[in-house]
Amino acid sequence: MLRLSGVHTFYGRIEALRGVDLTVEEGEIVTLIGANGAGKSTLLMTICGNPRARRGEVRFEGHDITQMPTHDIVKLGIAQSPEGRRIFPRMSVIENLKMGAQNFGLAHFDEDLDRIFRLFPILKDRQSQRGGTLSGGQQQMLAIARALMSRPRLLLLDEPSLGLAPLVVKQIFETIREINQRQRVTVLLVEQNAYHALRLAHRGYVLVNGRISMSGSGAELLANPEVRAAYLEGGHV
Amino acid sequence: MAATTLPGAREDSPLVALLKDAGIAAAIAFLLALPLMGFQTLDSGTTVDLQYRFHWVAIATVGVFFGRIVFTLLYRRAGAARSKAPGIVGQGMARVGEGLGRFLVPAFILFALILPFLPFADRREIDLATYVLIYVMLGWGLNIVVGLAGLLDLGYVAFYAIGAYSYALLAKTFGFSFWLCLPLAGILAAFLGILLGFPVLRLRGDYLAIVTLGFGEIIRVILVNWQPVTGGPNGISGVPRPTFFGLPFTNDPAEGETAFHEFFNLDFASLHRFVFLYYVILALVLVTNAVTLRLRKMPIGRAWEALREDEIACRSLGINPTNTKLTAFAIGAMFGGFAGSFFATRQGFISPESFTFIESAVILAIVVLGGMGSQAGVVVATLFLVLLPELAREFAQFRMLIFGAAMVLIMVWRPQGLLAHRAPTVSLGPGSGGSR
Repeated sequence: MLRLSGVHTFYGRIEALRGVDLTVEEGEIVTLIGANGAGKSTLLMTICGNPRARRGEVRFEGHDITQMPTHDIVKLGIAQSPEGRRIFPRMSVIENLKMGAQNFGLAHFDEDLDRIFRLFPILKDRQSQRGGTLSGGQQQMLAIARALMSRPRLLLLDEPSLGLAPLVVKQIFETIREINQRQRVTVLLVEQNAYHALRLAHRGYVLVNGRISMSGSGAELLANPEVRAAYLEGGHV
Repeated sequence: MAATTLPGAREDSPLVALLKDAGIAAAIAFLLALPLMGFQTLDSGTTVDLQYRFHWVAIATVGVFFGRIVFTLLYRRAGAARSKAPGIVGQGMARVGEGLGRFLVPAFILFALILPFLPFADRREIDLATYVLIYVMLGWGLNIVVGLAGLLDLGYVAFYAIGAYSYALLAKTFGFSFWLCLPLAGILAAFLGILLGFPVLRLRGDYLAIVTLGFGEIIRVILVNWQPVTGGPNGISGVPRPTFFGLPFTNDPAEGETAFHEFFNLDFASLHRFVFLYYVILALVLVTNAVTLRLRKMPIGRAWEALREDEIACRSLGINPTNTKLTAFAIGAMFGGFAGSFFATRQGFISPESFTFIESAVILAIVVLGGMGSQAGVVVATLFLVLLPELAREFAQFRMLIFGAAMVLIMVWRPQGLLAHRAPTVSLGPGSGGSR
């Protein structure tokens, strides 16, 4: 469904991605783990064309999207919940959701809203509240919900667990599984929380200094001593 | 008990602090007043004499001393009341504001509609109201760009100028009527807005402000220097007056023409034209407001507001930021163009002097003071910034002083603008709503 081959991305002269190959098949949850500054977020942003890959190719369902403008890529059926949530703080929950849908026609809005509210009942209770007044977990749910309003086939999530309490993280990951299984949305998940991410994902990639250093099924990576040493020891039990 | 009297011996320190504070304020006042008020130069033809006015300095210093004490006491009491229940008071105020709005807005529009027929309304009042309405329109136009889309535009006056000159030139050269020129001027201004927008909209914040500032100046400099077309610094005089659907407002209409007063069997009065102009700008203003409110509820309006809040999020939601910004720029410029052509027909004479940077600054101040994105706020701020200085012409000496003091007070009490309440554009029916 999504295939990156030999992708190099630069910030000015700094090479953030040094030839990344990665595939995501339809129906999967794929996770990308790695330390701070490894290039995880850059990889997600490169898929969306902001910044663009300087070398290599990004293909989505056969389309070459390497040089496409971001808003056109999004229209092909890729939705992104960016790092740090980035909901619209002064707009109400409903308005935020409408922003997610409006470039794809508002014909299905009510229907999609029902679907979203079933997934995130708390958002229904808070629908007329301003985004900025929600709690961190609720804001993250809103960010995911907003991305889902465009009826994507591929959902890119950038660190949904960032700054959230363990119980809320669990809840968010449960919801991601539900989105993947019931709504048949393919998910590419970037996470620092390697334990939860690898348990959830079908497959995983480990990114080190802009290169993929390891890949395998979630369970394999979870059992791998190197991964354990680098990302799991002293962390979650 | 002794609540009303000043603190006694036990609470000496606040009293001392109060006096100390007032003393410092008085000292500053003295230092300022000594050169500013203490000396006056008298030009007696051949020589310049110096006159001393030290009693003024004394009055100012003593006045500031006691004024400061009163201010501090009042402020402290207000502060104490506020810190008790900030949330409840704030919410209550917002609710009161909403209720008032529901009642005040129609009342305001009704007042505007019948204004020319009120007993006190004479030529001066109607002319002043027209003048205020021009600024309301400019404020609403700029509100789209600055308030909704969050693009800081310091050269808005350029579009105002383009509208004015388009009307003057089209009407004088081709003899087009006002109603034909109006849309043309709007389109021209919008077109220039897009032309300017293309290269500069990748800039943000301060950088955009500087470039738009430059654009405003470029337009003014072109108007000054392009003598053959714009008349240079002399401007364009004899700009055609508007007609009432072909009926001119003159005492001696040209051959074959019927004047307004003849057609309606009235005595000629120059007031007719002023009333007509007033209604034209009122209609333009109401249209501007209706269009803006409608746009806000449409996807494009929501996209403007979303763009103001977070551009990166907008991109990831499939919104094309360039197009969105360009539409905001173009529509804002269009309203500026409309206002400009109305200005030209009202004045009958235009010159580059009417389109200096200070105009941009006043319009921007209206938008910011009113509360970014607030339509009612623009009206209130216009009354404050345009009407008040006009009414206070007798105190011309103190105008800037009052203006500055008012600005400081607003910064202290309402840093978010006078009316900054933002109403959501989407709401579901109560049936489908949740617990809130």
